[in-house]
Amino acid sequence: MNTKYQTIESLHKELIARSFTAVELLNSYLENVDARESELNCFVSQTREQALEAATKVDSMIESGREISLVGGIPAALKDNFNWIGTKTTASSKILDNYVSPYNATVTQRLLDANAVFVGKTNMDAFAHGSSTETSDYGVTANPYNTQRVSGGSSGGSAAAVAANMSVYAIGSETAGSVRGPAAWCGLYGFAPTYGRNSRYGVVAMGSSLDRPGVLANCVEDCALVTDIIAGKDSHDATTIPVEKVEYRKALSADHTGLKIGIPKQFLDERIDPQVSARVREMLAEYEKLGATLVDIDLLDPKYAVAVYTIVCRSEVSSNLARIDGIRYGHVSEKKAESVLDQIAYNRGEGFGNEAKQRSMTGAYALSAGYYDAYYKKAQKVRTLIIQDFANAFKQVDVIIGPTMPTVAPEQGVTKNNPLFGELADMLTESSALAGLPCISVPVGVNNENLPIGMQIFGPQFAEQLVLDTAYIYQTRIAK
Amino acid sequence: MKYEIVIGLEIHIQAKTKSKMFCRCDAKYFNAAPNSHVCPVCLGLPGALPVPNKKAIEQCIRLSLALGCNINMFSKFDRKNYFYPDLPKAYQISQYDLPFGYEGNVNIDLSGSREKQIRITRVHMEEDTGKSIHSETKTLLDFNKSGVPLVEVVTEPDFSDVKEVLSFAKRLKQIVKYIGVSDADMEKGQMRFELNMSLRKTGETSLPKYKVEVKNIGSISVLEKVITYEYNRQQEILEKGEIPVQETRGLRDLSGVTYSQRVKEEANDYRYFPEPDIPPIIYTEKEIQELRQTLGELPSEKKARYINDYGVDAALAETLTATKAKAEWFEKAIEGVEDKEVIVAVGKWFVGEVVALMKASKSKLSQLKIQPKQLVALVQLLKSSKISAPSAKQVVVAMFESGIDPETYIRENGLEMVNDESAIQAVVEKVVASNPKVVADMQKNPNAYKFLIGQAMKELQGKANPQQVDKLILARLTSGSN
Repeated sequence: MNTKYQTIESLHKELIARSFTAVELLNSYLENVDARESELNCFVSQTREQALEAATKVDSMIESGREISLVGGIPAALKDNFNWIGTKTTASSKILDNYVSPYNATVTQRLLDANAVFVGKTNMDAFAHGSSTETSDYGVTANPYNTQRVSGGSSGGSAAAVAANMSVYAIGSETAGSVRGPAAWCGLYGFAPTYGRNSRYGVVAMGSSLDRPGVLANCVEDCALVTDIIAGKDSHDATTIPVEKVEYRKALSADHTGLKIGIPKQFLDERIDPQVSARVREMLAEYEKLGATLVDIDLLDPKYAVAVYTIVCRSEVSSNLARIDGIRYGHVSEKKAESVLDQIAYNRGEGFGNEAKQRSMTGAYALSAGYYDAYYKKAQKVRTLIIQDFANAFKQVDVIIGPTMPTVAPEQGVTKNNPLFGELADMLTESSALAGLPCISVPVGVNNENLPIGMQIFGPQFAEQLVLDTAYIYQTRIAK
Repeated sequence: MKYEIVIGLEIHIQAKTKSKMFCRCDAKYFNAAPNSHVCPVCLGLPGALPVPNKKAIEQCIRLSLALGCNINMFSKFDRKNYFYPDLPKAYQISQYDLPFGYEGNVNIDLSGSREKQIRITRVHMEEDTGKSIHSETKTLLDFNKSGVPLVEVVTEPDFSDVKEVLSFAKRLKQIVKYIGVSDADMEKGQMRFELNMSLRKTGETSLPKYKVEVKNIGSISVLEKVITYEYNRQQEILEKGEIPVQETRGLRDLSGVTYSQRVKEEANDYRYFPEPDIPPIIYTEKEIQELRQTLGELPSEKKARYINDYGVDAALAETLTATKAKAEWFEKAIEGVEDKEVIVAVGKWFVGEVVALMKASKSKLSQLKIQPKQLVALVQLLKSSKISAPSAKQVVVAMFESGIDPETYIRENGLEMVNDESAIQAVVEKVVASNPKVVADMQKNPNAYKFLIGQAMKELQGKANPQQVDKLILARLTSGSN
């Protein structure tokens, strides 16, 4: 059975045609897990039992002539910050090592309802704090292209699992560039729709005003198709956009004449690896050949986004992580405590890794009395400026294109002695994240060391279709 | 008194809603098995998100309106961050700078029918915490209460004595119950007080330099005790030329004795910031108007109407409007009645007899057998001299006990008033004849004949008009004939 890099739809057709069963399909992917998991470390936990049960159910449904959804029986992977009943949801932090989800995230639920088959929960930077998976308490996820390199993060396990053909697609989540980044470094498509399109319910929160679930896959169709299933208003998430259902896959079109593409000069300056910027410029030229108009635009310098993102996100992190106190769940210290507050401090002090502690402390500092106005409030004001900046840009152009990451995947160990690695690596994804814009990273080939380069496309809020279509133009007419 | 009290109040009221503030768990947790009304949201599990309860917000806005507040048309929730085991998210969702209601006022009654206006600073919405149950060796946690909607009312430091505080507390409770925001059952913790109190020299107008906060006062009677205790405690310190410590004090029992819980220096920095999980709450003028429509007549408005339209005096109006149920019963009775005299009499009979009987038998208004219109019928029988006042009291007891119609009871028991003057005259003759001593005493004491009225009324089984009897006896005695 050759399933390598087949699309969800083609695999679905084969399932329906009974070329192979869902269980056979699952096993072929599990063989890849067996072959490379020890080397790559994509999963915090594997869920073979649940996967087999789900695949068996799909087979019996097909057997009895029942209709199955496109993702039914297709092997997938779920980032470990998504709650899934009966599985450990650690968000790659030891403090949650003993936490077993008693409920499903909305994204999990919608996929399970569609008979998704999850082979495992993927590794990530602990609590999604990072762009390398090096902050995971369960070890780094190696890059399938070069195992000396990181896979990116925070959804690094999800990216590596898809890139190593351990799953057809994977669910990730992004706060700044946690879907786009690892997709770029692992040669995948990584799509995150407008903030609020995908429910955050049941996703261990990082920065609540920024978090959004996304999809990592081998093609635009798969990104669109999975989004069609998971997106839409959720009565459990008050920030979801009040649109019940989206249908991006059916409407996909690579036929956009007169597309105006904005190229922010700040995204292609000397801070960007020359091979990366050169490759992105080449691709832009290809768009131009196809009839697109390229417009040089001037956006706020990414350094502002880095600062705003760091303050807003860390502030929210400090509050969001506070609930993990070891009282109802989570790590409990053996140390004898004098008071209940001491007990909580011991539990958290032992349970959290350095990155979570640093981010919690800086965030709490930014929110504390006397500093709130200077940091958090000011950051929110600048965030408004960034949103306006994009709104102005989108008066001139339809979409904006630039490199996803300033470099290709770095060597492992890169985050050592670099406390702001995550935030700096994500410098090109933070502004669009702060504005909640729909975005996709597309794989635009490799550098001279055979390391993938990612190019990101983002559009105005709610312009998912246009963003996906622009990627689809690349996939079908440029990359071919 | 050398010192004058300065008090501001914060009152937490559990809003009456079907589900909790931010999740769908049943909000009625009283007597429920511990941790039986919980879900990922109110347990603060990783990834769970709050979704605000629209009904609870409406209750908060309705109370704001009833307290004369302005409404923030653009409002939001904020996170108040602190660690405590019964606070599962380690933050309480509350409102910081944009409460639903602000700058209101409430009039309270003082002695001698004077009124005082108490300014309301703000009315905001938040969620309740779980409950810690401490024992010698361990603490148990029950999260049934976690996430129950709370409306917090904050007053200005406008109270200058304990009576004002108590009057306000009762008034607020009355309003809350009237508009149905809460049952305000203090035994169930549905209404709790926080006291901010200090003393200043009588005559001073600036606020004292310190403030003592007493949290978690569960009843109006304890509130009264705490104020008395704190008055004495703070006065003693001031007398020594010292200033009481600015601190939070707690209660160990219901005695009103407070103890130091936390001094200001250790006070939490709550690191408030806008709750990113909940979009801003925006209301239109029209929606607020619609909510205002749902308030119905407030107790103060009702009271004023009773006084102005029916000629009921202030004290009776206050009693009649004390609860909405009472007012409704009374209004049902007097519906269609034009005669103000009858209306006032119905009010008096209702409060004086029916309510008294109800209290004595510990029954509720909703269980009353006597119907509102039956009471009116009785009052009208009385007014048209079909029955005497003493008989009426007997009738109302029967009506209360069995719900019998007054006419039926009067007929069956032969209580119709004797209006036949000759019949009364005959009794008068008989009484005068059999009491020569009393008649003789009249020379010395002109009021001695009053005894004869009682005798005659007794003879008439109370079924005559005592004034008429009086008149006839007096006429008989002064006419000279023997």
